[in-house]
Amino acid sequence: MPVRPTAVLPSLLATALAASALTACGGSGSDPDTVKVSFKQSTDNSIHVMDDYLADIKKQFEKANPGKKVELVPIKAPDSEYYTKLQQMLRSAKTAPDLVYEDTFLINSDITSGYLKPLDAYLAKWPDWNRFIDTAKAAAKAADGKTYGVPDGTDTRGLWYDKGIFAKAGLPADWQPKTWDEVLDAARTIKRRVPDVTPLNVYTGKPAGEAATMQGFEMLLYGTEDRLYDDAAKKWIAGSQGFEDALSFVETVYREKLGPDVSTALDPNIQTIVRGDLLPKGKLGINLDGSWLPQDWLPGSGHEWPEWSRKLGLAYMPTQHGQAPGKVSMSGGWTWAVPAKAANPDLAFDFIRAMQTKANAQKWYVANSGISVREDVAADPAYAKAQPGIKFFTDLVASTHYRPAYPAYPKVSTAIQEAMEGVTTGDTSVEEAARNYDDSLKEATDNQVIEK
Amino acid sequence: MNRRSLARALPVTPALVLLLLFLAGPIAYCAWIAFTDLQLTGQAESSFVGFENFRTAFQDEEFLNAVWLTLVFTVVSSLIGQNTLGLALAALMRRASKPVRTLTGGIVITAWVLPEVVAGFLLYAFFRKEGTLNALLDLLHLPSQNWLFTLPILAVSFANVWRGTAFSMLVYTAALGEIPKEITEAAEVDGAGGWRRMWHITLPMIRRSIGTNLMLNTLQTLSVFGLIWVMTRGGPGDRSQTLPLFMYEQAFQNSMIGYGTAVALLLLLVGSVFSVVYMRLLRTEV
Repeated sequence: MPVRPTAVLPSLLATALAASALTACGGSGSDPDTVKVSFKQSTDNSIHVMDDYLADIKKQFEKANPGKKVELVPIKAPDSEYYTKLQQMLRSAKTAPDLVYEDTFLINSDITSGYLKPLDAYLAKWPDWNRFIDTAKAAAKAADGKTYGVPDGTDTRGLWYDKGIFAKAGLPADWQPKTWDEVLDAARTIKRRVPDVTPLNVYTGKPAGEAATMQGFEMLLYGTEDRLYDDAAKKWIAGSQGFEDALSFVETVYREKLGPDVSTALDPNIQTIVRGDLLPKGKLGINLDGSWLPQDWLPGSGHEWPEWSRKLGLAYMPTQHGQAPGKVSMSGGWTWAVPAKAANPDLAFDFIRAMQTKANAQKWYVANSGISVREDVAADPAYAKAQPGIKFFTDLVASTHYRPAYPAYPKVSTAIQEAMEGVTTGDTSVEEAARNYDDSLKEATDNQVIEK
Repeated sequence: MNRRSLARALPVTPALVLLLLFLAGPIAYCAWIAFTDLQLTGQAESSFVGFENFRTAFQDEEFLNAVWLTLVFTVVSSLIGQNTLGLALAALMRRASKPVRTLTGGIVITAWVLPEVVAGFLLYAFFRKEGTLNALLDLLHLPSQNWLFTLPILAVSFANVWRGTAFSMLVYTAALGEIPKEITEAAEVDGAGGWRRMWHITLPMIRRSIGTNLMLNTLQTLSVFGLIWVMTRGGPGDRSQTLPLFMYEQAFQNSMIGYGTAVALLLLLVGSVFSVVYMRLLRTEV
């Protein structure tokens, strides 16, 4: 069949239309007096802690800076999708806001992508920056030595235990284990004397995701002599004894049936099960978990449990053999960062300063069940008394560790979860799981690995 | 160019332009990305890597595992489950009384109309350790277990059957309705029993509908994501991680957009293989 001349027409038209459609997107232009602030809005409609806080700062900021405007751009998404959406916005000057809320988990990765702007010039002229504790300052520091974000608080981790179960098991009400073995022994005692409860929860496996890596594995690993990443050599660590020991701990928990039933431990909703069911109903002896748990039990949260502070005790997680400093914690948290393609970076930093006056920072920590990274707030008795447990978790900041949040970290984290899952189900031995991890590590990091 | 054909082409051009812009464009862009090492984050610049992503995929045990699970999922839930059950329901309902027909139809179609995520939660609640299924088994003094843990791929396959059977049922109800009464009656007079009528008359006559239905079901099943994500997240381990979930993990959790897109292209390939097989089935005459 001969081609009719009209066949050319549609493609021509398409090209023309495409061209005009594409150019039409541009030229929206940014208002030099408006600072656009993107943040993560809770997917739960009843929770608007962040919305309220930012609305308040917006009001203060606009009052203090006549003629300037703040536009809040909420992104309503669960964590993992928030990152994706944000990264897509940051790719283009047309969509990049002036200020973004970045998880320390991914900030280095976004820095490597060239999405963010170094803030050192601003920080040098900002006296409040000296109030931030050193570990927190390092949280948003990239491999190039520059700082790309201002942390707005952190979290720490420890052992939550049920005083009622401890009393039945004949364990002390002011429990504080000194070594891993003491943690396991307490769990064994509970298993023997209070048979109808779960003695000890340690998050594990891919379904629990980053909770398994951070609340579970890293809380153990960082209590050994080893780490995930060698800062001096700038390489990831493979084949370490600490890695195997941490895996052995997880294996012991599940092999001796000290943990939740394996099928429950590997349920994708395990965190909800622990926070919403096991702990409030007095069915879990010890839980290795984060400082934010009471958020779920506050009045108006849907799972109110104000008695928690009388029923639960707090103990820090000990190091493996009780070696110095005796306790371990991991920290994450979020930072405010300025996109490389932001239209009004100066105004954006002014907004950070407005959020980080001592009073505003303190307001935020309290509203958010956050842990202070500023020494002036941490020292304020009003902050320490705002919520039970806050002092305990703030004291842990001194001995906390941040994750090696380099671009490969998310993949490394998945590899850790796979290793944990293998020993949890008993499908792989500790040695085998550690070997598999070493292989995945080499692949995930382009062989930037040193053997211990 | 003559005036008349120009005038005739005008009404279809908007549709064509839209198709090119919003359908062909993104597909072409995806095909291009599959040959690069583009990452969502953690990379300053992406570059062209040729067939590297595809090579990686075929050396990746997790990928091969996902292909296998996708085939199991598709064969069990679509080919066997939805298709056979849909046909059986359609055939039985022709003989049922009107109230029974309305009730059954209503229930089956409700399952179909529910959003995927809601259906996922319902079946998660059904299969989980403290779920409905185990409560029923307990009542009957049968041993219970965590189905999502012991038989994850079968549990999600069942969920897909539960959700998707209505579609097959509707297709077959229409097809069976098309069979002239005289033919079935003639066969009955000749002494053919129910099974023989089904095998020698009904099935050959609705062969085309079977082909179409199989094709649509299969393509739909290949791309199921939400249902499995909600029920098991592809776990435990990788034991229910079909290709769409594997793709999601690579592209959005590990940020490897290039690799994820390459997997998506391979999924497209699997779909077209199935389609070609069904098209051939459709073509041959009895």
